[in-house]
Amino acid sequence: MLEVKNIFCERDERILFSEFSFTLNEGEVLQIEGQNGSGKTTLLRILCHLTEAFEGNIFWHGQNVEHSREVFYHALLYVGHLSGVKGVLTAKENLIWMSQLDTALDRISITGALKKVGLFGYEDVPCHTLSAGQQRRVGLARLYLSSAPLWILDEPFTALDKKGVAEKETLIAQHVQAGGCVILTTHHNLNIPGTDVRKINLDECLTT
Amino acid sequence: MSFFLAALRRDLLLTFRRRNDIINPLAFFLMVGVLFPLGVSPEASLLAQLAPGVVWVAALLASLLSVDGIFRSDFDDGSLEHMLVSPRSLLLLVLAKVTTHWLISGFCLALVSPVLALMLFLPNEGFAPLVFSLLLGTPTLSLIGAIGAALTVGLRKGGILISLLVLPLYIPVLIFGASSVQAGSIGLPIQGYLALLAAMLVLSIVLAPFAIVAALKISVRS
Repeated sequence: MLEVKNIFCERDERILFSEFSFTLNEGEVLQIEGQNGSGKTTLLRILCHLTEAFEGNIFWHGQNVEHSREVFYHALLYVGHLSGVKGVLTAKENLIWMSQLDTALDRISITGALKKVGLFGYEDVPCHTLSAGQQRRVGLARLYLSSAPLWILDEPFTALDKKGVAEKETLIAQHVQAGGCVILTTHHNLNIPGTDVRKINLDECLTT
Repeated sequence: MSFFLAALRRDLLLTFRRRNDIINPLAFFLMVGVLFPLGVSPEASLLAQLAPGVVWVAALLASLLSVDGIFRSDFDDGSLEHMLVSPRSLLLLVLAKVTTHWLISGFCLALVSPVLALMLFLPNEGFAPLVFSLLLGTPTLSLIGAIGAALTVGLRKGGILISLLVLPLYIPVLIFGASSVQAGSIGLPIQGYLALLAAMLVLSIVLAPFAIVAALKISVRS
């Protein structure tokens, strides 16, 4: 589904990737590993075309993303390092806005999704009064609503408790069994039932 | 269109939840009106002469003060990244943001400008030209200001840079806006000035959104 060819990226006169390529097929989970500063977030931003500072090509179903961004963005769910959750809006208002931005989100089941992430009773509370983990959950509620085949998640488990992490792992398993694919960065040991997680270690990439 | 309305609703909601965003430009605007006579001279004839320029300069600076915040919070909390990976039209989104900025700055300033004009002894004939010229001129200020805000949103301290970038472009609006009030207050026709302000508005509505979107992409993607 997703094909990444010969990525080259340099930052602050340090080469992060050189001739970096990989292919991601349906039903695969790819975990990007590496030390702090090894370029995990940069790689995800390159995949989403959120940065221009790279060379190389990315293909989605054989089409160059450069020329068919809209098609690619329809198929993409991106949960960034910063969650994009507005503190002055309530959890529900945040998700309603996210579903306006992301056409693949199901607007009808927002209340249900908030219940699933454990925020039942907090729908109408301004998000700045929630804890860091709860705010993270508001952003991650999108995973329950999205019908996009490709998920790109940057450190999705930060500030989540053990139960929350296990729930998200089950959700990722369901997503890949339905034919989707997931790319994520995390320092956590992934345990996704029924799926082998492919790993790319960016520290090793650099030395080879 | 429904996306534009949804974006507008969100931005207005965000603004109403942070009330000082609304109060700041208005307070600044009115403070100039209160302090200016104290600093210069309380003499009515002198103030009446200066009033058109003072009110317009105050409106321009009040609009400039708040323009920095158009994209700031969305950049800081990651919302802007999500907007850029959205298949939705960024032009509509940007127009909604600029409209919100105009509603809380320019539109409100135009509504309270008669109070300021009264404090500065502007002749009665100048009131209508003042309100109309502000209504026509301030949207242009918001649109031009948003280009500067989009270019500097990635910098920690972009405030001064915005002023340097956009003030030269504000000058034509200021000249024709203040001249229309001056002409109106001595009974001369003002249609020509208003037509020019309208022309600048049309030009910036058509062109500025493209520049703002391009500038936002540069700021986020660099």
